[in-house]
Amino acid sequence: MSDTNQIVEDEKFDNKGYLDMELLRFTTAGSVDDGKSTLIGRLLYDSKSIFEDQYEAIKKSSEQKGEEHVNLALLTDGLRAEREQGITIDVAYRYFSTPKRKFIIADTPGHIQYTRNMVTGASTANLAIILVDARKGVIEQTFRHTFIATLLQIPHIVVCINKMDLVDFKEDVFEKVKHDFKAFASKLDAKDIRFIPISALMGDNVVDRSSKMTWYNGPTLLYLLETIHIGSDQNHIDCRFPVQTVIRPQKTEFHDYRGFAGRIVGGIFKKGDKVLALPSGFATKIKSIDTFHGPIDEAFAPMSVTMTLEDEIDISRGDMIVRENNVPQVSQDMDIMVCWMNEKKMIPNGKYGLRHTTKDCRCMIKEVKYKLNVNTLHRNEEDLEIGLNDIARISIRTTSPLFFDSYKRNRFTGSVILVDEGTNETVAAGMII
Amino acid sequence: MEGIVDYNLTHLEELESESIFIIRELVAQFENPVLLFSGGKDSIVCLHLARKAFYPANIPFPLLMVDTGHNFPETVDFIHKLVEEFNVKLIVASVQDAIDRGLVTEEKGINASRNALQTIPLLEAIEKNKFDAAIGGARRDEEKARAKERFFSHRDEFGQWDPKNQRPELWNLFNGKKSFGEHFRVFPISNWTEMDVWQYIMQEKIELPSLYFSHKRKVFFRDGSYLAVNENIPMKPDEKEEELIIRFRTIGDMTCTGAVLSEASSLEDIIQEVSTSRTTERGTRADDKRSEAAMEDRKKAGYF
Repeated sequence: MSDTNQIVEDEKFDNKGYLDMELLRFTTAGSVDDGKSTLIGRLLYDSKSIFEDQYEAIKKSSEQKGEEHVNLALLTDGLRAEREQGITIDVAYRYFSTPKRKFIIADTPGHIQYTRNMVTGASTANLAIILVDARKGVIEQTFRHTFIATLLQIPHIVVCINKMDLVDFKEDVFEKVKHDFKAFASKLDAKDIRFIPISALMGDNVVDRSSKMTWYNGPTLLYLLETIHIGSDQNHIDCRFPVQTVIRPQKTEFHDYRGFAGRIVGGIFKKGDKVLALPSGFATKIKSIDTFHGPIDEAFAPMSVTMTLEDEIDISRGDMIVRENNVPQVSQDMDIMVCWMNEKKMIPNGKYGLRHTTKDCRCMIKEVKYKLNVNTLHRNEEDLEIGLNDIARISIRTTSPLFFDSYKRNRFTGSVILVDEGTNETVAAGMII
Repeated sequence: MEGIVDYNLTHLEELESESIFIIRELVAQFENPVLLFSGGKDSIVCLHLARKAFYPANIPFPLLMVDTGHNFPETVDFIHKLVEEFNVKLIVASVQDAIDRGLVTEEKGINASRNALQTIPLLEAIEKNKFDAAIGGARRDEEKARAKERFFSHRDEFGQWDPKNQRPELWNLFNGKKSFGEHFRVFPISNWTEMDVWQYIMQEKIELPSLYFSHKRKVFFRDGSYLAVNENIPMKPDEKEEELIIRFRTIGDMTCTGAVLSEASSLEDIIQEVSTSRTTERGTRADDKRSEAAMEDRKKAGYF
């Protein structure tokens, strides 16, 4: 390679840089008309993530349908039914990268009936982009999207005030939206909110800085996505290791090997650490942390590893290994906020399957405390019927104790799903309070 | 500052950890899983991840290969080599056998391919061996219908996918509950891109079939790509045979996998090529070009 000329060398793909990149997962929430598809199309297009054959295919379809412009929404609408109806039914995942980061977009539909998709997309995101049409300002839907983002504890929220070109790029329009947004956001549990005036259609402040909004001194959207600090989004304080499966090689050289395999969902574990196994409560020490490439001295969230322990204690799937001086709550009774995700309504005092970390058990709905109006945050204590897309606070009792933290403290030890035991469908997402 | 440990994973480390979690979850939740193994790079990466997930134990499931009878001999040889090396069991479902028994009918015409016929022997093998979960190397960035896939994807008793009615998938809680006779497809590398796969192969020094690297081959040009000259596809009178330096970006059946002109003979070269490529890897696949919803329709019926 060294004898090739310098120019070629400079254009070479930066391999080392690629291997050093971080991963940022974000969701986009918005309705049909506020330019969400255009924004995603712009990010993909400007980061050269749309390929020629993909572009040709959607250009052809757009022409066949008699559309004036190439409809970038066709890129994300992967199902026939979506293309027919011109709407997004289901979460679509999109991927792009810049030299700094790799991005996964969970593109979620914004219609009211699809709250469940927004919750799904939000559950794994580090960041949410909320789109506001500069002409319409903050509307009911903006509130709903932001509320769901905060309910799911997405660490960063970026409000893109779009279509600035249609309001002559005026600063006071931007300031008004920002002011109104902050007024209602004060009622929500949001830690980090940023505002960016953009025009997704013209490209202003998406990838390149706008020459028409010199009054705005903040970063462009892409720059923010590339640089926002996400290192603290993982919980590296409370050590939590839910055991997925036990590894027992039937090989002579590993005769007595019993390894506990799982993905760390909180904290940093070190070889020699004093740990507790739950539910038994037995204390022991970490003998080794093993990977395919050999043993390592420490491991942290979200690594997948295998641990061996100094003492022979009974541990199986669904159990949790934690640090001796920092244990989760252990209880069969808890209050959770649920988002109901099924057409079949919640059965009062009904019994459901429940999954929490790697543990499977059953639970009973003891009480519905209130149903939340996602547009006003009004707590309705009269109408307690919970159906599709409803968000409510309920009390449950589980058939065996769970080892949990509040969802606010840890998204992975604080979340549950409820499963209908007749249809096997996932009917609700729950966040432990 | 020296001595300060960086507690952040790179994106490849995070993707690997996610995939290993999914594979372990699959083994914990299902009784009789199987890895669908085509000998292509994505299924090879899945096999490698499975090996890492259960080390020092062996991979706790067999491999299932659908033999169309039109596979590249290089792929078939490679699969047998890996099976021996990794000490795993290989089950072969044969399309020829399904044709001979009258289960499926061979396509007619100039573009005839056995690609779509794979679904029937695949579903039959799943039913016969009572597999309750099949791991696939499909990625969401490959194709628009695949972008809608779940990690744990439910299939009814006919092996069908119902994309409009999928279970929501939240956090890292995967619901593999099913009724008797139903099964799941599990896609551990859903979140990987083509580039991630290549980078990972290089990082982990994973061995691949020679077809991925540039070599001399007799080909002919049809519908925008080069097809290997072989006895399974008749050439039209106006098509002419040429010997060119090519490689394959994806590996499927000989009848529908197009080659690209390429001098890329090492992983470094391939990564360089992929980074500047202006077309998707499935752009060379005639099976996807049949209609806008070609993949969705095949997937609904039980395809990979």
